Amino acid sequence: MHQLFVIFVAAVLVNNFVLVRFLGICPFLGVSKRIETALGMGVAVIFVMTLASVGTQLVYSFILVPYNLQILEYVAFILVIASLVQFVETILRKMTPALYQALGIYLPLITTNCAILGLALLNVIKGYNLLQCFIFAIGAGVGFTIALVIMAGIRERLEFSDIPQSLRGVPIALIVAGILSMAFLGFSGLVKL
Amino acid sequence: MESTFLPAVLWLAILGGGFGAVLAWVSQRFAVEEDPRVEEILEMLPGANCGGCGCPGCREFALAVLQGKTTPGACAAGNSEMVLKICSLLGLKAEDQLPMVAVVHCQGEKKKAPELFDYDGIEDCRAAVVLAEGPKGCVYGCLGLGSCAEACPFGAIKMGENGLPVVDDNLCTGCGVCVTVCPKGIIELIPKEQKIYLGCSSHDRGRKVKQVCAVGCIGCGICVKVTSGEGIQMEDNLPAIDYREGPNLVVAVHKCPQDCFVDKVKVRAKMTIGIDCDGCEQCKELCPMGAIEGEPGEKHRVVREKCVGCGICVLSCPQKAIFTMGAVGYVKD
Repeated sequence: MHQLFVIFVAAVLVNNFVLVRFLGICPFLGVSKRIETALGMGVAVIFVMTLASVGTQLVYSFILVPYNLQILEYVAFILVIASLVQFVETILRKMTPALYQALGIYLPLITTNCAILGLALLNVIKGYNLLQCFIFAIGAGVGFTIALVIMAGIRERLEFSDIPQSLRGVPIALIVAGILSMAFLGFSGLVKL
Repeated sequence: MESTFLPAVLWLAILGGGFGAVLAWVSQRFAVEEDPRVEEILEMLPGANCGGCGCPGCREFALAVLQGKTTPGACAAGNSEMVLKICSLLGLKAEDQLPMVAVVHCQGEKKKAPELFDYDGIEDCRAAVVLAEGPKGCVYGCLGLGSCAEACPFGAIKMGENGLPVVDDNLCTGCGVCVTVCPKGIIELIPKEQKIYLGCSSHDRGRKVKQVCAVGCIGCGICVKVTSGEGIQMEDNLPAIDYREGPNLVVAVHKCPQDCFVDKVKVRAKMTIGIDCDGCEQCKELCPMGAIEGEPGEKHRVVREKCVGCGICVLSCPQKAIFTMGAVGYVKD
């Protein structure tokens, strides 16, 4: 139990996917203009990450390891992630149109995100079991969401700030991202993993 | 080597095939029955997914059109033919779906409409207007600080050299952001096909207008008289024009003593009377410029110097003998 908690906290803060591992930078800059959309994206990422993490882990431990096919992990994981997301999207659309509407365009967008594949590969590197994978994925997703929402909050305020002309838009966003990243390094001593 | 090759190929094939089969089954089993018109509309749309309409893509736009949240005319990339097709599919009235563009009802550049004081505040019309209605002598006039150009999400408004905003019809989508931004309320959306618009918003009386602007409307009402009053009437010292009715304002452009009208067409074609003319004189009576001459019963002719290309005679001719010859001819002086 204690270990699971440590895994969770480590994924959220210490090894934050966006700000410490630098995975999923594209949506971090692309979808962080408004808190509302950032939250939508974050929820979708938590959802997909959890699914993908468990799905890839199952494929890894029940197919790749027994047949000594670890070299196929990249190909197999991408296959699993893409199919899973498509599968879930189709079913969601039929069963809960409201949730489908809420996740909207983000669901298919996330499929190709490196954060998801990174998560699956990290599971293997760290040798997590199924439950640990599940917790790790939720933690990673929550960490991603926190980073995105913080960024969106700052960028919403930046709109009204007096920024030098040459730094407006993406440049100031990159600077903010750098400072945020440094701030998150402060968590590095929090847990030892 | 051989020991991993075969299982690798095999298992990937099984994985891929298995997932494919599951997805195929799921897409059949969980197929969502959609309004078939969505697909039909989608086919008519340009399919560029440009986002110019404000929706994330063409599919979302088609849905929004179906739900009545937007109009087919909001598609920035589509032409009028496409709009008509979608309208006929949905049973909408096409007249309401005309593509609109923004026009600025002011021509008072600084040389023609001088400012009363030097404004040295925030470079924004909405800030300037708080200070005694802005620096411009005419309280109705464009302040020229470019709030509309900055607000335009499509970059369709540029500030011209004369300090007035210039709308690029090809980029303007008629979204109306500039209309709400302008503190003077002098930007209006008019049908794209309407090439002539009034370049003044002043409700002041003639004498006062002349004191503050060289190109301001003095409320003389000549434009209403020469256009037979269709879609145009005087209201509070300014012609109120219903651009949706498509009034023929070509004559007004030339008769206006203050040059208040703006014609986006720089050169209009002159009329020519063909050999089918039987001299019925209908066109001669109708021509507001007195540009047609000839004896009754004989072939008439157009005085090219006087013709402004309004086209009224073309519609009046029972013989259909009047037509335009190219666009060579009149340049507004």
